Amino acid sequence: MQPVLLNAFSDFGETLYENLIAEDRYKMILGGLGNTLLMAIGATLIGVAIGLVIAIVKYFASDNKKLWILDKLCDVYITVIRGTPIVVQLLIMYTAIFAAASNGLPVAILAFGINSGAYVAEIIRGGIFAVDKGQTEAGRSLGLNKLQTMRHIVLPQAFKNFLPALGNEFIALLKETSVAGYIAVRDLTKAADLIRGRTFNSTSLFTVALIYLLLVMVMTKGLKILERRLSKNDKR
Amino acid sequence: MKKFVKIMAVIAAMGVMMSFAGCASTPTASKVKEKGVITMATNAAFPPFEYLKDNKVSGVDVDVANEIAKDLGVKLEIKDMEFDMVIPSVKAGKFDFGAAGITIREDRLKEVDFSVEYVKSSQYMVVQKGKSFTKDDLANMVIGVQQGTTGDLYASGDFDEDVKAKEVKQYKSAVEAAGDLKLGRIDAVIVDELPAKTIVEGAADKLELIDEKLTEESYALCVKKGNKTLLDSINKTLERLMNEGKIDEYVINHMGK
Repeated sequence: MQPVLLNAFSDFGETLYENLIAEDRYKMILGGLGNTLLMAIGATLIGVAIGLVIAIVKYFASDNKKLWILDKLCDVYITVIRGTPIVVQLLIMYTAIFAAASNGLPVAILAFGINSGAYVAEIIRGGIFAVDKGQTEAGRSLGLNKLQTMRHIVLPQAFKNFLPALGNEFIALLKETSVAGYIAVRDLTKAADLIRGRTFNSTSLFTVALIYLLLVMVMTKGLKILERRLSKNDKR
Repeated sequence: MKKFVKIMAVIAAMGVMMSFAGCASTPTASKVKEKGVITMATNAAFPPFEYLKDNKVSGVDVDVANEIAKDLGVKLEIKDMEFDMVIPSVKAGKFDFGAAGITIREDRLKEVDFSVEYVKSSQYMVVQKGKSFTKDDLANMVIGVQQGTTGDLYASGDFDEDVKAKEVKQYKSAVEAAGDLKLGRIDAVIVDELPAKTIVEGAADKLELIDEKLTEESYALCVKKGNKTLLDSINKTLERLMNEGKIDEYVINHMGK
């Protein structure tokens, strides 16, 4: 057998050149990175917006029987979205619901956002319910209405509760966007796979694995800093 | 910093493992006979050469492969995968040979050995009915292709720097790309001659073929580099089939469906 290790290192530079520099392949990876970030950020914003609305609706519906229709609708949404795979949702959005859309990228952003919304809703709801009921009662007895109490008293406390879980969801979402290639969106993963098909070599996959890893590490660090700052005035 | 070093170590370890993984033994003709089974790697999204019929892979390449297996006196086993996985898995020795309407190309010759060519082909453009495009319009067109195929390479400018589409969208199959073409998401699909004809046949009210050859190429089967005994056996069968006119017969058989 050949000295595999030695060969691996002597070929390393050449392989790296072929996979990243030749034919401006790094540009394809950067373009893919751009699309991945665009999808992750766009979907996060949509997901948080949907999740927040649903969590609040479900919170108010828990002690107001008149809102039962809204409550049921939210339940259906959460059940369906959490009960089906993201790839299937993405394909349905692209081929059936938005068959008229000419570009896959906005469809992907929306699909990932709607998917994330269901998870975010449950995360936020958990955080809200974990805030002591006495806080709401205190807010109400100070003359704030229900929405004001939610906005100024409950949510700021709930935020600290659900931030770690929410951070987890964002990290999962970033990695989930790697299935966008199914609808011909050129994200980071697709770009790497295209290069692999041309160079017959997996180096590009390791490269994007590293990029995902770095992105997640940066996100983790950022969330830690945020958590620390938020807990500064907690006397625990 | 410590963390970074750790990560690099993990990556280096993965790299070493990967190079070991490439050391699977070569499936020579005698080994194939010993096993009693010959395995074929393909991508069943390329009619009439390979497509799914009654949940089984069928097509010209399957008929050819059956003859190869018969001449070796073994059973044929087919493994369906993405097109751009066929050459890497044959190269790694996971399967005995690849048959997926693979065009012989310089860069592919570095990875695997090819048999004699058994079919001539060209890339063609499929467009929405009533649209007329030529090769010269390519720079202003959004082109759909199957990932890793010669159509993909052609539209991406790998054949000729001057011939390059405005945008290339890579799909899992040309049939999928044709679906987006019907919806007007792309301007044309570039695909090999016979699959192009099959696609147009299936949607004659919506799609049509532009009668302009974009490339000249030929298909061959591929085996792991240096696998001379198996390649000789495959070549013998291919030559027999071509002499008997069988391959044209297979094509006609599978085109009608």
